[in-house]
Formats: sequence, structure tokens, C-alpha cells
Amino acid sequence: MRRFVEGLLLMLGAEPKKPEQVSEEVREIMEAKRADTSRIKAHLHEQARQKPHHTWRNRRWIALVAANLLFVLSFWLDIQILEGALTASRFVGFHLIDLNAALQVMLAHKHIIVNLVIGTFTVFLLWVMLGGRSFCSWVCPYHLLSELTEKIHLALARRKLVSDHAFHRATRTVFWLLFAALAFVTGYTVFETLSPTGILSRALIYGPGLALGWVFLLLLFEVFWSRRAWCRYVCPIGLTYGAVGTISPLRVSYHVEPCFHEGDCRKVCLVPHVLDVTIKGRAAVPQTGLGPDCTRCGLCVDACPTGALHFEIKGLSKLL
Amino acid sequence: MSANEAEAKPPARPKPAMSPEKALRARRKFIRSALLLAALTGTSLLGFLPVALAFRQRLRPPGALDEKDFLASCIKCGQCVQVCPVSAIRLGGIEEGYGIGVPYISAREQACDFSCDAVQCILACPTGALTYIKPDFFPVREGAGLAKAPVLKARANEPEPAINLKERMGLARLTRPQNCLAAQGKGFSGTARGEAFKGLMRYMDVDRWNPIPVRDHPYERELCDLCVTECPIDGAISLEAFTDADGSRRFRPVVREQCVGCGVCEMICPAEPAAIEIETRALWQAGEEGG
Repeated sequence: MRRFVEGLLLMLGAEPKKPEQVSEEVREIMEAKRADTSRIKAHLHEQARQKPHHTWRNRRWIALVAANLLFVLSFWLDIQILEGALTASRFVGFHLIDLNAALQVMLAHKHIIVNLVIGTFTVFLLWVMLGGRSFCSWVCPYHLLSELTEKIHLALARRKLVSDHAFHRATRTVFWLLFAALAFVTGYTVFETLSPTGILSRALIYGPGLALGWVFLLLLFEVFWSRRAWCRYVCPIGLTYGAVGTISPLRVSYHVEPCFHEGDCRKVCLVPHVLDVTIKGRAAVPQTGLGPDCTRCGLCVDACPTGALHFEIKGLSKLL
Repeated sequence: MSANEAEAKPPARPKPAMSPEKALRARRKFIRSALLLAALTGTSLLGFLPVALAFRQRLRPPGALDEKDFLASCIKCGQCVQVCPVSAIRLGGIEEGYGIGVPYISAREQACDFSCDAVQCILACPTGALTYIKPDFFPVREGAGLAKAPVLKARANEPEPAINLKERMGLARLTRPQNCLAAQGKGFSGTARGEAFKGLMRYMDVDRWNPIPVRDHPYERELCDLCVTECPIDGAISLEAFTDADGSRRFRPVVREQCVGCGVCEMICPAEPAAIEIETRALWQAGEEGG
């Protein structure tokens, strides 16, 4: 329960803390790791570092493109499997409604709409099973664009041409409250005007428009000023799905034992605070699931040279 | 401020006070974040301008709630766009502010001709922004309600010829009577909107289930009456005689209370610019014979 609350607070913007108490088991593991000077391990480790792999990233990109392509083709080829856009759709007739979009509509409209409740429930169950913020990295088209332009940012940063200006992570929480309040007070779905997720999804399906200019500006901002700013500090959709992810059994799990605490994972992560546990001395138990803010993108799983991070379905490993 | 911040979060264990550099960085981050909040909130509120100034009075699809409720309840998914057989429905761009992603119909380019028979867009809408029956808490404005369910000419011979539509989208008006061919005593022959026109329409004598391009369906009329004959609704518009300024007997279209504002008359009108147009969300006034 305490870890649950801590994960939630971390997602809302609290700073990660050092654990007050480290379990006996972890202490033993850490001591064993310190004592083990065997070079074989270091050598194997070195070897593993030679070939970076992108297994999960590639799987994810395929899934993301496929999901969006299914929307596009359902309309273009009239195959009617997934009709609508990311804000709301029908999958072979079943209502699927984006949780944040439904919330905005109901706050603006001030009425509970039955279809929306049905559709949000389906989507809620789906993302509880699939990991909450996995919506972000496995479906959201803006995530992919932002991930690609992030490479430009990192390349420029390496040449010291740009630097990352971080914002306080609680900004996103404030934005979430603000957009909810704005919808309620103004009676308009204010956030939809800005949402690159909705804009891109509609642009893909129904054709481009001037709104893509806004998405382009956001990407420029991220390249030249602040790395992944929209996803990290603004997007209320991410926070909504993050809340769903708190109870999801699908997660990335961290094991202290094989970890060398080098931080390769944190360098590639969209939300590095969830990987705080990988810093030496931060893990309280031998095995932890990363918090709800984790988008389950798998970049850390790919990056980890020692297999300390991997996907797991909570409870299933016990069963097997 | 840095002293305050240090006090606000008493460390669990005694620690050295926050270094000045660190405090400065934290303060900069805080200010940056506040600016980001202000900037994006401001930007998002800009979306109100096009709505407030009503740059464009958009014709909404059939069954739309009143404009304010419509913008609030539309979830911007475009499912209505996907089911329309004549692609009459388009989605607003960012230039429409809070109308972004909200469906509209540009009647002159492609009107709603009800060739789907069942008002599919209403069926497709997941939020009730387009609806057959408004919930009780949304009053129907005086003059927006239809006296009786509109009868589709295409279904006149069927047991249930009416469509389930309670309110009009707008009203047709003869906004440019000087352009009306009938009022000038002229006929019309040829393709209504020229060879380049891409608009579609369902012609019952051609194919009930497949709308065809208007340019593939030329007309031959002694006296132009396209707005009357092509109107999909029974009894919504008729050609009436009148005496013009120089005393000659002429005819012109007169809009009746059954008009739902679908825009077929506006689309088909061969005059350029159209003599008859839809006035978006116009209300029927008692005793009015719109002309």
C-alpha cells in the first residue's frame, strides 16, 4: 500500500526518495556484488555492451504503426474494423473511448453519457491489463514523432548546441487539474484544441490541416529547448492513463542482483524518475516493479546490459 | 525565497543547507514551470476567439445539439465522417478554435442529401452530440423543431417514409433572388455545377444505394426548378408564381416549414453564386414563407 502511494506521488511530481530501510536480502546482494571482483562477469558485461539491441523498441514501433494504420485503413479501405479516431472509436462495433477525452467531454457537457461510460469502461479494462501508460508509448502517434525528434535533440546536445531545460514534474499535475477545470468552467473541451494526440490521429485518418503546424511547434520546442517536454510535463492523457496503470499487473520489473548501477536505462527513459530505484542504494527490496508513470516502452529493457530490467506480469511469475 | 524553501522541506536527517547554486536552479525551474503553465493556458484559451467571434457559422450535421452543447459534447472522433455515403461531413481545423475536429457541412460543395436514408451520422455518434431525440434537459428552441417528421421523397412509397429527425439544421433562403434562373424566366440545360464539380447525389432512377457525381447527371428544364425537384424532403420547397417589377408573371422557389436545412438546393443551384442558400441554425417564424 505504501509503495502504491509512493508511486502515485512520484507520478504527480514528488521527488524520488532514498529508502529509509533496506531489506536484509538487498544488503546481502549488494555486499556480494562488492566482494565479487571476478573479471569474467565484467568481461561478459563488456561483451554484452558491444551490441546494442532494439528488440522492444522495434516491437513497439510496429505495434504503434499498426494500431494507427488500422484506424486509417478502416476508413480509407472501408474495412470498418477500427472506426473513429484515438479520442473515440468503435472496434468491430464496440465503443472505445479515450479516458481523458471522455472526462473532458463530460466535464464540459456536464452530463453523463451512457455510451461514453460503456466505452471508457472497455478502454479502462484494456489499459489496466496492458499497463496504463503503455497507451502513450505503444499507441500515441505523438510519442513516436517525439521519440524520433528526440534523437535530433540528443545529437545537438552532444555537440553542446542545445541543452535540456527541465520543468518541475508537478507541472503536469497542475495541467491536468487546470484542463479539467477549464472544461468545466468554459463548457468547451479546451484541451482538445492543443492535444497533439487528437490532432495527429485525425490528421492521419481524415487528412492534414493547419493544426499540424501546432504539432510542429511542439516538436521544435522539444528539440531546441526541453527534451520530451509535452509528454513529460504537460500531457494530461499520460497522467490519466498513468492512474490506470497503478493497478496494472503488466510492468517493467527491476532486479538488484544483476544490476551494475551504471544508469544506461535512465539515459534513454522518458520518465527517468521511475528508474530512480536503479541508483545504488535506492532499492529497498531485491525486486521491484517500476511505478505507474512508466510507459512500458521497453527502452530500458533494451538498454540494460545485464538483464536487470524486464517485462513481467505481476502474479504470473509466481504461478509459473 | 531560498531560505523559505529550505524551511518548507525539513530534511529527515540534518543536512547542509541547500547550496546557493542548487537553490538558484530550483528557483529557475519553478519560474520556468510557471511560465510554461501560463503560456500553454493562454494558448489554449485563444481557441475561444473563433467561437466567440463566430468567424464561421458552420452548418452542423443533422441531429446536432445547439451549438454550445454541440461543441461541448463532441468528442472529435469523426465517426460521423466515416459513415456519410456522400462525404458531406468534414472536420474543423485548428483555425476554428474549440471547433477543432468538430464536424460541419459545407453545403455548396457537398450537401447532405439523406442518401443514407437513416441519418447514419446520428447513429455513429458516440456522445449524443448528434442525436435523434434530445434529452429533456435540452429544450428545443422555438422554430427549430419540425412540425412533423420529414418524409423522404425517396422513400415515399415505403411503409415508413419519414426519417427520425426532430429539428432542422437550418433553413433555405432565397438570398440572391436576382440570380435565380426561374425568377428570370430561364430554363436550365447541362450539368448543374459544371464538369469540375465533385459533389455527389443519390438519384433514385439511377441507383438507390450508390450516389453518383452530379456532373454525370445533366438536366434539361424549360424552367429551372432544380432546387424543388432535387430537394430530398417532401413538401419543403415549391415553385410559386409571382409578378415581378416589370409586371410579368414569374416563378420562384418558396421554402416551407418542412425544410430541414440539408443544403441540397444550395448545392444544386446552377447560378453562380447560388441564389438559394442555407441559413445555419435559422428558426422558422410563424407565418413565414421563406422566399
